[in-house]
Amino acid sequence: MTTGKVTGVTANLITVEVDGPISQNEIAYVKMGDERLMSEVIRINGNTAFVQCFESTRGVRTGLAVEFAGAMLEVELGPGLLSKNYDGLQNDLDKKEGLFLKRGEYTSPLDDEKIYEFTPLASPGESIQPGHWLGEVKENWVNHKIMAPFTLKGDWKLDSIVEKGNHTIRDTIAVISSSDGETKDVTMTQRWPVKVPLKAYREKPRPFRLMETGYRIIDTFNPLAEGGTGFIPGPFGCGKTVVQHAVSKNASADIIIMAACGERANEVVEIFTEFPELIDPRTGRKLYERTTIICNTSNMPVAAREASVYTAMTIGEYYRQMGLSVLLLADSTSRWAQALREMSNRLEELPGPDAFPMDLSAIIANFYARAGVVYLNNGETGAVTFLGTVSPAGGNLKEPVTESTKKAAQCFYALSQKRADSKRYPAIDPQESYSKYLESPEIQAFLTERSGENWVEDVLSLKNRMLRGKEAQDQISILGDDGVPIEYHINFWKSEVIDAALIQQDAFDPIDRFASVERQEYGLKTVKDICDRVFNFDTFEDVAPYFKKMINSLKQMNFCEFGSGQFKEFESELKITLNEKEVA
Amino acid sequence: MQSRAFQKIHSKIDKITKATITLTASDVGNEEMAWVDDRLAQVVKINGDNVTLQIFVGTEGISTEAQVVFLGKPQTLKVSEDLAGRFFDAYGNPIDGGPEVEGEEREIGGPSVNPVRRKQPNQLIATGIAGIDLNNTLVTGQKIPFFADSDQPYNEVMANVALKAEADKIILGGMGLSNDDYLYFKALFENAGALDKIISFINTTENPPVERLLVPDMALTAAEYFAVDKNEKVLVLLTDMTLYADALAIVSNKMDQIPSKDSMPGSLYSDLAKLYEKAVQFPAGGSITIIAVTTLSGGDITHAIPDNTGYITEGQLFLRTDTDIGKVIVDPFRSLSRLKQQVIGKKTRDDHGQVMNAAVRLYADAAEAKTKRDNGFDLSEYDERTLKFAREYSNSLLAIDVDLNTDDMLDVTWRLLENHFSKDEVGIKKTVTDKYWKGAE
Repeated sequence: MTTGKVTGVTANLITVEVDGPISQNEIAYVKMGDERLMSEVIRINGNTAFVQCFESTRGVRTGLAVEFAGAMLEVELGPGLLSKNYDGLQNDLDKKEGLFLKRGEYTSPLDDEKIYEFTPLASPGESIQPGHWLGEVKENWVNHKIMAPFTLKGDWKLDSIVEKGNHTIRDTIAVISSSDGETKDVTMTQRWPVKVPLKAYREKPRPFRLMETGYRIIDTFNPLAEGGTGFIPGPFGCGKTVVQHAVSKNASADIIIMAACGERANEVVEIFTEFPELIDPRTGRKLYERTTIICNTSNMPVAAREASVYTAMTIGEYYRQMGLSVLLLADSTSRWAQALREMSNRLEELPGPDAFPMDLSAIIANFYARAGVVYLNNGETGAVTFLGTVSPAGGNLKEPVTESTKKAAQCFYALSQKRADSKRYPAIDPQESYSKYLESPEIQAFLTERSGENWVEDVLSLKNRMLRGKEAQDQISILGDDGVPIEYHINFWKSEVIDAALIQQDAFDPIDRFASVERQEYGLKTVKDICDRVFNFDTFEDVAPYFKKMINSLKQMNFCEFGSGQFKEFESELKITLNEKEVA
Repeated sequence: MQSRAFQKIHSKIDKITKATITLTASDVGNEEMAWVDDRLAQVVKINGDNVTLQIFVGTEGISTEAQVVFLGKPQTLKVSEDLAGRFFDAYGNPIDGGPEVEGEEREIGGPSVNPVRRKQPNQLIATGIAGIDLNNTLVTGQKIPFFADSDQPYNEVMANVALKAEADKIILGGMGLSNDDYLYFKALFENAGALDKIISFINTTENPPVERLLVPDMALTAAEYFAVDKNEKVLVLLTDMTLYADALAIVSNKMDQIPSKDSMPGSLYSDLAKLYEKAVQFPAGGSITIIAVTTLSGGDITHAIPDNTGYITEGQLFLRTDTDIGKVIVDPFRSLSRLKQQVIGKKTRDDHGQVMNAAVRLYADAAEAKTKRDNGFDLSEYDERTLKFAREYSNSLLAIDVDLNTDDMLDVTWRLLENHFSKDEVGIKKTVTDKYWKGAE
């Protein structure tokens, strides 16, 4: 094993003189008394290694011994990942003692003692590929597949496998051998380096299904595909986190992985507190049973922020290998970019725009590219859908992180300060935001099948009306209320109907927080019908009060259980209003 | 020079900049403190035998033969009950003429709380100010700054909030306070008879700016002692964090770091987050709530300091002068309390959320009407009503001189809504209007 000695330290960058071979991104431990500080090699120059320390470097001095681990940063994969709260390096936070995080304390991510009932899925003699499903265990309610090592190379076959029965994750459950005569014991766990994409699948097709989030502005207007990518940039206070949390509660995914990257600790605590109580509307099970949280909050070591998003992605890819649909949420990728910037600065690299490293764009693109829907070698389908947030400096969407992400992600949910100021939540800007999936033939076919021939056309027509409403509003504010034809007022108020009934949604209302597909179909049809009608008004002054009445009925409907008696009351109220002014 | 027996004295300094010195020394730890003649300094960089120290008061007059003694430990604070009622400088030395405080010596800037050991904050802090309690309710364990231009009375508002909040200890971290402001705080706390629960760490404009960097960590170390060891509710006041960030920029500049936006160090977000994230609610009952001040330049919240702060803190309270009523108000658009959802409608009346949002929405309509009027257009009858509503709302609720309990605030809002609008225009859930709407149908 290669060792070394500390020769210098600036903030969390440590220089080490080494006595043997090391590799880029290898893990090193700086030994300080009985503490071992985990670090990662990020540059090598002759026999000097530059390592970024994942812990506070307070008290680190020259001459301290360093041990190199011979491996890159890895995660341990196996049953028991769900319902866990990890830090960015996959330490189980619940196993750590004391109120405060102790430096150099690393805890095991899985539970060695826990018994799982193993059911074999493969038989001796079968040829084995990396990620081959050997068996399964129940993890909460998920069928957790036990898979052949992802690292296998060459031809392997299954020699033996245990029968159905109880085992711990450390027991050998199968033996495999290669054509070269090498044999391997397989347990329920394996390790994988986080920075390497897990690719034990046959093919990565274009996304062809949608991920439902319960948000009308997303599902109806800017749909997110299963296996797709999206991001939410927005100034602070516009509701990025509220949107992400709501999506995590309602999304139609089998597994949710949340990476809290450099954000507020209290937001993570909210998830810790609420998820064990909340019920997943689809399965009827507790939300935390399908959730893993990776948290590296803003006060935790900066270098581990980068690790946290990769750790989350790798766990996501692992569940994708089981044929599951995984939704990965990261809040916020800007903090990760800032961590890269701090380190690049300390390494005295030439800076790119806003002092970010020059390869920022490539790093972000590579990360987003790890999402996707895949056909596994056994023909099953799995997906990792990625939704990240970006916190643009000064709310300026032209900054490097937002621009780089825009190139990499297919959906763009721009949060608008103006909407947030006037409490129009979610503050996702209906004009600026887009989903490229709405134009994808596979998704269009999916939507047609699900919601009928005209669905995409209707959505686009309402989006267009929002634009026309905005134009009308601009004209009104330039020319004055009476300086424009009444038609402008009507166009503006029709866009207000779309906004109030479909785009705005109260994430804290027990009913309105989640809109089912059925309900969204009804909503679109109702609003489209209002927008297509021709109304007759004598003066512009009559327009606003009339439409406000309609908006009130529609909003009240949103607060009622779909199809309930109360809902129907407001529905008929709306019909009466509609008939008042309509021109036959 | 506070040299001690057997401590090695170095006296050959190789390099001096405005804030740092570099000398040859061995067996020195990162972040360790040292005396350079009679000035305190901290190790910021080690490169082989070259050790770079940051001298807090600056390097004016430092000789290449200055005597350097390493203390073998980072900056510490002695904590005990005796801290209560005392005033200290940035290093923790008494400035009130009293004796040194004895107690357990703790390193400042200690480790973070394990997130799974935190409790979700859910205790309301009532301040009586409707712009806060009604629209931006505060919660113990929260961290929130006032965003204000330098001509706003932010220190007064903050002090009033602190005195009204039922805290066991109030810890003031003053950075770049003017002497007048320092005396104001001192007099106010004395007059309120609250001195015995107040601890102050003060760096005034007369002190060197880099010293400020110690103040928040000192204040928060004291706060952790009372919140963890004594299970007390601690309120930490930090003013002015903009001056703290300026000091960070000075140091980073002297250390040849590449500046990012607005000449601020690239690590500004992490540097500020490390402080603000000390705000916490512990399961055992102790808590640290941080109320800070970030002064703005001409209301610009896109500057790197307020911008990074906004991403870290749980909201912000934005003060501005409403010229229509000639009073300072808590701006309902730009202000936000992220934790208010934990208490609104749960610890307060069930109509709170709906009424709050409806009033702010109508206030936004008034802002649009105002723009219309300013552009010389005729106002509709509805516009006129929103303007009237906005003026009364501003005067009777948003102004910082309002002092009401939360139920009264809600009732006042309902009456304003009834006086100016119809039920349809208010857009509140029917079950709620059925219960509280007393106006015309």
